[in-house]
Order: sequence, then structure tokens, then C-alpha cells
Amino acid sequence: MARLIVLGGGVAGHTTATFAAKWLGSNHEVVVVTPNAKWNWIPSNIWVGVGQMSKEEVTFDLDPVYKKAGITYKQALAKSLNPEGNADSDTPFVTIEYTGQGKAGETEDLTYDYIVNATGPKLNFAATPGLGDANGLGEHTVSVCTADHAVHASEELTKAIEKMKAGERQKFLIGTGHGMCTCQGAAFEYIFNIEHELNKAGVRDMADIKWISNESFLGDFGMGGLHMKVGGYAVSSKLFAESLFAERNVDWMIGAHVSKVESGSIDYELLDGTTGQETFDFAMLIPPFAGVGIKAFDKAGEDITSTVFAPNGFMKVDANYGAGAYENWKASDWPKTYQNPTYKNMFAAGIAFAPPHLISKPMSSPNGTPINPTPPRTGMPSGIIGKAVAHSVCDLMTKGEDAHLHEASMADMGAACVASAGKGVFTGTAAAMTVYPVVPDFEKYPGTGRDTDYTFGEIGLAGHWIKHILHHLFLWKAQLKPGWTLIPE
Amino acid sequence: MKKEEEVNFGKSDQFSLTMIPGKFAKALRTNVVWQFFRFLAINIKMLVVVSKSH
Repeated sequence: MARLIVLGGGVAGHTTATFAAKWLGSNHEVVVVTPNAKWNWIPSNIWVGVGQMSKEEVTFDLDPVYKKAGITYKQALAKSLNPEGNADSDTPFVTIEYTGQGKAGETEDLTYDYIVNATGPKLNFAATPGLGDANGLGEHTVSVCTADHAVHASEELTKAIEKMKAGERQKFLIGTGHGMCTCQGAAFEYIFNIEHELNKAGVRDMADIKWISNESFLGDFGMGGLHMKVGGYAVSSKLFAESLFAERNVDWMIGAHVSKVESGSIDYELLDGTTGQETFDFAMLIPPFAGVGIKAFDKAGEDITSTVFAPNGFMKVDANYGAGAYENWKASDWPKTYQNPTYKNMFAAGIAFAPPHLISKPMSSPNGTPINPTPPRTGMPSGIIGKAVAHSVCDLMTKGEDAHLHEASMADMGAACVASAGKGVFTGTAAAMTVYPVVPDFEKYPGTGRDTDYTFGEIGLAGHWIKHILHHLFLWKAQLKPGWTLIPE
Repeated sequence: MKKEEEVNFGKSDQFSLTMIPGKFAKALRTNVVWQFFRFLAINIKMLVVVSKSH
């Protein structure tokens, strides 16, 4: 019997572990190491953050699901990897530190035959002074990155609405809290859900709402924007994003690096090098992402973290990390199998793999401050990658080391994305988009980098219905309820 | 008399350089009958992209 360890229980890790357990059966062991007791459907945190859903509606307990799947569940953090074993044994192992199950603080060495790193990101609040510390969210702003953060955001929003009802004008500042953030889509959804809720509460005229982002143009979303076929034209997402902001009377500031957060104000630097200060009464600023900080050691105990992980803490895989300048970037730089080049029994999936470079054009201010979105790895690519990695590992375990590895390059896959702009069965709207491929391929599609037959977007009630249905479908799938394998990632 | 949908054009230089939907386009966004057909169309488009990605 061989053992597969999956680090992380988010979209990528959960997909990898559940499919691997199904395909391997009881012949091999699948272990999940995740510090969380609950699974969270993160896209719906937006609705928790405006009080339209409860934490319980977007989370469920992992333990019974893993019991049902025959997966060994360790509620713990991965601290270090020893892919060559140690002085006493050649068997690779991972050192974990429990966060629950009555063993909080205890450490354990878990040996493995194969390991998949799907830890997701560390929410790096500490990168911007005042945004938060190394332990998480700070006192000046709110976040919707976790269900607990979203509950806190909702409470603060309720207070702001009460102030407006009492005649006190409020300024809302929503966007990214650093020049190297990704996940603009979540902030985009949150700002328009807030605007929608303020209208419902009858206090929209008492609110000034402003978007602040590290994108060089509205609608970049970390993907260099996208072009959609509309009315016979191929149109940039910039025009549609700006249109929505203007229609909903939401001001914007782009190309911005937030350098400091204080009570009621932020300091920022723009792409043109100018600096300034912006005030707020309520702010939701997404933190930048980093790897979770797992260390790696060789057999002799020497630190080999830089061999296994990129400087940003994400795991190196079969990507081309030497592409160099923007002009040299190719779609083929992006990883296909997600296998670590040094240790072939090690894979990374979802946000945990190190991208070869940005997707958006790199930018920096005259002062040398990089201000550009980092590549998004949303739910659909994370799920597809997780499933492909599960396929590969299962084949390696059952067919031997020469088994064919399955591929899932972001330059060959599309993504469907639904961005909520307000919740309501008959009054809600959402921007429903597809993009194909996620990473533009300018050799195959020289104009826009993407196939405009499969890249589209439109806003409306239908998008909201789809987002709501997806909420229930993916929670159903993640709980392994009947027919879960029929629901695509 | 100003048309309601055109008011925001005058609020900032940024707003005036983009497009803003008129009454009809906005009404279609939440028209249940129209959106039911858009729901079907969007789902088909998404399923095509999903099938090309697996």
C-alpha cells in the first residue's frame, strides 16, 4: 500500500484528494493535511460580506466527508518537507503541526510515496503596513477572503449603513491593498454588491464609493484583460468595466500601490510615480498572496527551500521560469503536468504552484515599485488542475513510475467566471464570462491572444441565477453527494 | 430635460469617456422572460468552454 498526502483542502486539494480516493479505492491511502475544520465555497463569501448569506451556508465540516470518502484527515499545517528523508531513512516525509483534533500544537512526521502541495495562498496582510499583521486581518480594513472575515465585513457594513441612515455620509474604498495583488474579481464583486445593498437600504445617495486597484486598466483582472465579441465588434473588457463603474456612479483609481494603511486613510503610489492619500470610512482591501512558507530540507538537513519553492513561496513545477522579458513570454511557458522538476513524486495544484511569470504586462512606477496584478488561479482552473494531478498520481501509483502524466495547462484551458453585481432572485445581476484560453496564446491567436468565439461576457439576471445555482452545485459536489463526479470542475 | 441614463456622463471625465447603457438595455438585464433565454444561451456557451477545457 502506497500513501498519497495532499497538503490543503481548498478547491484544488479537495478535488485531488476526493478523486484520488475514489480511483485508488482501499488499495492505497490518501491523507489530507489542512489546518481548517471546515470547507469554504469562497466565491459566495461575497454574499456573506453583505449580509445576504450566513457563514453556515458557505461552509461545511470536512471530517464526515473525508470519513465517507475513506480519506485520512489531519487537521494540521505543513511546516517542512524532507523529500529525501533524513539521516535515518530514505523515505520522504512532511512535518505537520496540528491545529485541531485535540492535538493542537503537536507535531508529527508523515511519510509519503507521493505528495501534492495544494495549500493555496498565505493571505499576506503584513506586506502592507497597517493592512494587517502576520497573523491576519488588521483593525482598519475588512476582507472577504475567508468566511470569518466576510462575517466581520458584514457587521462593519451594517454599522456604516446605520450611520448613513442617521445622516452621516460614508466613503467606501474597495479594491487591492498592495501593488502585487491578484483576485481583483472578488473586490469587483464586493464593490457592486455593496452598491446594490446601499440602494436596497435607501442610503445610496449618502455614500461615495471608490475603487482602488493595481490594474493598469479597468477590466485587466490579472489576465491582461480580454476581448469579447459584442454587436459584431471584438471589444476590450476595459470598455465594459468602465461602463459598469460609470453606470453605477463608482469612481476609480487604477495603477495604484497601497503603501500604508492607517485609521481612515491609505497612502498610495501610482504608476506615474505620484503619491497621495485617500480617506475612507469603510475599506475592503484584498491582501497580496504568497506561498504558505513551507521549508524544505535534504537528507543531510541542509535547507533546500529555494530548490523546491520559488522566492514567493509557491512550489516550482514544470514551467519555464527563465522566459525573461515580457517580449519573450509564450503560452508554452506555463506548466502542463505540475510535477516538481527535482522531486518527481511531488506535485503542486491550484494557487500553490509557482507561475512562470505574470499574465498582465509587467509595470512599475518611476520609483521602481512594481504595480501589476499577479496571475489569478480561480476555481475552475484550480479544480481542473487538481483533477489532472490526481489522475497522474493515481497512474503513477497503480501503473508504475513510467506512467503517462496528465496535462492541464492554463494556456490550453478556458475558464467560466460569474462575477456578482448584486443579489436578488429578480433584482440581482452578475457578469457571466468565459475566457479561452486563460493564458493568452499570441502564436495561436495573434490579435487578442484568445479565441473570440469562446470568450464572451454579459451582465444580467441570468448571470445571477447561474452564480446561485453554482453555489449549490459545488457545495453538493464538495460534500460528495450522489452524482458528485458528474458535476464538472 | 436630461435623460436619466445620461446623468452620470457629466459626473467625471473618466465617466464621460465610456459607454453607459440606456433604459432599454438596462430593462433587459432584469426582464425575466429575456433573461430566461439568456440563461439557456449562457449555459450552453459555458458548457462548450468547460468541455474544451477537460
